Amino acid sequence: MKKEGKAQVWQDYQKEIADDHYFYVRSCIRQNFFPGSEQTFLKILRSELNKDIYENPHHTSCSGIGYHSDIVPFETIQTIVARQFALMTEAGYRNLAVSCITSFGIYNEIIETWKEFPSELAKVRGFLKEATGREFEVPQNVAHASDIVYKFREKIGEIGKYKLVNHKTGEPLKIVEHIGCHYAKMFPSKGVGGAEFPHVLVGMIEAWGGEVIDYPERRHCCGFGFRQYLVMSNRGYSVSNSRKKFESMQPYKPDAIVSNCPGCPMFLDRWQYVINEMEGKTYGENGQGIPVLTYEEMAGLVMGYNPWDMGIQMHQTNVEPLLDKMGIEYSPELKYAGTDGKIIGHPAMIGCGC
Amino acid sequence: MNCGVCTAICPAAEFYDYDPRMIAGIVQSKDEERIEELLKSDIIWYCGECMSCKTRCPRGNCVGLIIMALRALSQDLGYFAESEKGRQQLAIKRVVGENIVNKGYCILPENLVPEMHPEQGPVGEWIYENKDEVYKRVGANYRGDGNGALRQIPQESLDEISRIFEVTGGYDRFEKIEHFSKKKAEDMGFHEGDNNYSDYVNHVFTTNNGKHNKQ
Repeated sequence: MKKEGKAQVWQDYQKEIADDHYFYVRSCIRQNFFPGSEQTFLKILRSELNKDIYENPHHTSCSGIGYHSDIVPFETIQTIVARQFALMTEAGYRNLAVSCITSFGIYNEIIETWKEFPSELAKVRGFLKEATGREFEVPQNVAHASDIVYKFREKIGEIGKYKLVNHKTGEPLKIVEHIGCHYAKMFPSKGVGGAEFPHVLVGMIEAWGGEVIDYPERRHCCGFGFRQYLVMSNRGYSVSNSRKKFESMQPYKPDAIVSNCPGCPMFLDRWQYVINEMEGKTYGENGQGIPVLTYEEMAGLVMGYNPWDMGIQMHQTNVEPLLDKMGIEYSPELKYAGTDGKIIGHPAMIGCGC
Repeated sequence: MNCGVCTAICPAAEFYDYDPRMIAGIVQSKDEERIEELLKSDIIWYCGECMSCKTRCPRGNCVGLIIMALRALSQDLGYFAESEKGRQQLAIKRVVGENIVNKGYCILPENLVPEMHPEQGPVGEWIYENKDEVYKRVGANYRGDGNGALRQIPQESLDEISRIFEVTGGYDRFEKIEHFSKKKAEDMGFHEGDNNYSDYVNHVFTTNNGKHNKQ
C-alpha cells in the first residue's frame, strides 16, 4: 500500500479528543491504590498545560465494579451515569475526562445504547428525574484521561526534564505497554488506534524516547476479571493471567511496564510479589521485579516530579531500578515518610524478591 | 456460525473448565432444561467480563454480554445459590454493593484488610495500617470534605444514589441476593447469629472445592 493510503487508513483509527474544559470523574480503584496518579494528572493539566479541568465533589462511583460483578442492574448504572452527566451539564461542561477504564467502557456502552435505542435514553431521563429531579445532556466528547495525556504528549516531552532513556548508555528504555481491556475491546472506535493497534501508550512512550516491546501476550487481560479478584477463592484466575503475561514478556527484558487502566498496574505490581512468594521466581533484572507504572506516573517522571509525591512508594515491586536508569534523583530515606518528612514506619518487606 | 474464536481468546477458558462457545450454543438451542441447568451451575460465573470475545467475534457477538444476561436471570430466579461460584454473589453484594449505596465508592481502603488481601503484600499492609498518613502524603483527601481522591461523598449525594437504586430496581436485586442466600445458608446449616449470616459470607468468600479448573 502506498504511504498516502496507509495514512488514510490510519485516520480511521483516530478519535477526537477535546482540547480543553474537561469535567473529571475519578476512579474507585485508582483512588484506593494509586491516588497520587490522579493528582499528578490534574497537576500536569492545570499547572503545566494550563487546561481547565473541573471536579465536582458530588460525583460518585459509576458503580462499574458492581455492574461487572453483576450485582448492579443496567438500569441502575445507566441512571448513576446519567447523574454524573447531570452534574457535568449543570456545571456548564460538555467534555468528559474519565480516570477509570471500566467507567470509560461503561460510558461508551451506555451512550451507544442510547444512540441505538432512544427509548432507553427516554426511560433513563425519567428514572433520573424521578430519583433526583435532575436533567442532563449527553457529553459531546468522552475521553479517557490517557487519551488526554496522549494528545499533549509532545508538549509534555518538550517541557519535561527526563526521557525514557538509559542516561548511562543513551539507549531507549524498553517498555511493555498494557492497555486495559475495556478501553477499546468493546468499542474499538472509542480508543486511539482501536482494539487492533492501540496507540495511546505507544504514542507516549515513543514521544518520550522509549522503545515499545511487542510480545506474544501483549493484548492478554491482566486477569482482574472483577469477581475473579474480588472474591478471595477466585484469585487463582487473576494471578494466572498476569503470570502468563510475565512469562511472555520476560525474554524481551523490559525495563518497565506501563498501563492506562487503574486496576492493571496494581495487579501487575502485586502479582509479581505473589509469584515470588509462591514459586520463588522474579521477572526483572538481578532478582528484582519489573517496575510497573501508571501512565500518569510515567508522565510525572518525565516532568521531573518527586516520585514519592506521586505515590510510587505505594508499589510493592520497587521502581528504583527504573529511576536509576533514567538518572532521576530521589531520597531513599524519605520513601516511606509521611507529610513533612514525618516517619511513619515502613513495610516489613519491599520489592518482590527476597 | 460456531467458530470458537471466543474460546480461543478467552482468559477464563484457559484457566477454568469453561467454553464460551458452548454458552452461546446452549442459549441458541432454546432448550429450557439445558438453560436452567446452566443458570444453576458454576459455569456462568467463570467469565471475567474482560470482553475480549467482543473484539474477536467475526459476527460482532459478545459472549460476555450473554453471560451478564444469564447472571441477571440466575439472580432473579434464585438459581445462583445452587452453585459454589454463584453463592459468592452475597459476599460481593455485602462489600461492593453496600459501599456504593452507603459511601459512593465500589471499594474503600478499609476493605483491604490484610488477612483478606494477602496479595497486597507488605506494602499493602503498611498502607492499611497508616491510611491517614499515606493518603495525605500523596495528595488524597481521605474522608475529607470537598474535592479530591477518597473524599467523603456528601450525604445528599448518597441519598440520590439510594433513590436511584429504589427507582431502577437496584435494591430489588440486592434483596433477591439476600433472600435466596439466606435460604441457602439455612439449608447448609448456617445461622443468622448476631452478624447477619457472616459465617456464611466468610464461607462463600473463601471456599474453593478445587474442581473448577481444567484437569
